Amino acid sequence: MSSELQTSGSNAPAPHVVPPVDVFEDESGITLLADLPGVSRERLGVRVEGDSLLIEGTVDVAGPREMDIVYGEAQVPAYRREFTLSRELDASRIEAQLKDGVLRLTIPKAEEARPRRIQVRVG
Amino acid sequence: MLHASFRPATDVFGELNRLQSVLDQVFRPMERSSIRALAGSAFPVINVGATPDAIEIMALAPGLDPARLQVTADRGLLILAGERAAALPERQGLSVYAQERFAGSFRRVVSLPEDADPARIDASYRDGILRVTVARRESAKPRRIQVQ
Repeated sequence: MSSELQTSGSNAPAPHVVPPVDVFEDESGITLLADLPGVSRERLGVRVEGDSLLIEGTVDVAGPREMDIVYGEAQVPAYRREFTLSRELDASRIEAQLKDGVLRLTIPKAEEARPRRIQVRVG
Repeated sequence: MLHASFRPATDVFGELNRLQSVLDQVFRPMERSSIRALAGSAFPVINVGATPDAIEIMALAPGLDPARLQVTADRGLLILAGERAAALPERQGLSVYAQERFAGSFRRVVSLPEDADPARIDASYRDGILRVTVARRESAKPRRIQVQ
C-alpha cells in the first residue's frame, strides 16, 4: 500500500508553482524575467538540456517554529517552469542573475543568427 | 484576469479546480465573505502567521526597492503599499512574448488582531519577501498564575 503511494508520487512532479515570467527579444537575444520570491541563490537551479530550459527553485521557509498559519495565499514553497529554446539561441552563453527574488536570464543569439544589414550595390 | 502570481500546477485536476474557483468568483459574487477579502490572487501574495509573541506577515513581493516600500499601521490595519516598475524596456524593435509579471502600484491591507502593538513593528526585505513582525502586547500574552 505504502509502496504504491511512493511509486505514484515519484512519477508525478512534486507540487510547485508556475512562476509568472516576462519574455522579450531584441537583436542581441532573449531576456527572461521570472518572479521567484523567497528563493536564494543556493536554492535556485537553471538547467539546459538539449533544447529545454528548466528553472527550479525552492523557498527558504525559515519562519518561527511554533507559528500557525492563520491566512495563506501562498502554500507551495517550490517553483518550476520549463521552456523550449529555439536553435538560433546560444544556450552555452546564458547569463543568470538573481536579485530580490527576480531571476533575469539573458540568452544571446548565436552569432550567425543575428540580423545583418545587407549592402545593396548599385550597378 | 487569470493572474499567474501563484498558480499551483500539480496536475490537471488542480488546474480544473483553479478554473472552477475563478468561475465561482465570477458567477457567484453575492456569496458572503470577509469585508476586506480580495479575489484569489493579488500582488503581493500574503501569508499571515501567528506565534504567541507576534503576528508575522509575509508578502511575496519580488523585485522591489525596499526604500520605496511603505508599511503603515493605522488603527488596527497594516497597510503594505508600493510600486513595481514594468520590466520591459521602452524600445523599438522589441518583441514581447510573455508579460505575466505584475507591474504598477499595489496596496494590500491586513487587519491586525486586538492585541497587536502598533509601536513595535519590524519589517525586513530579503530575497523578494517582505516580512513584517507585529509584536503582541505584553498584557495579552498568556500568563501562568501562581496558586497560593
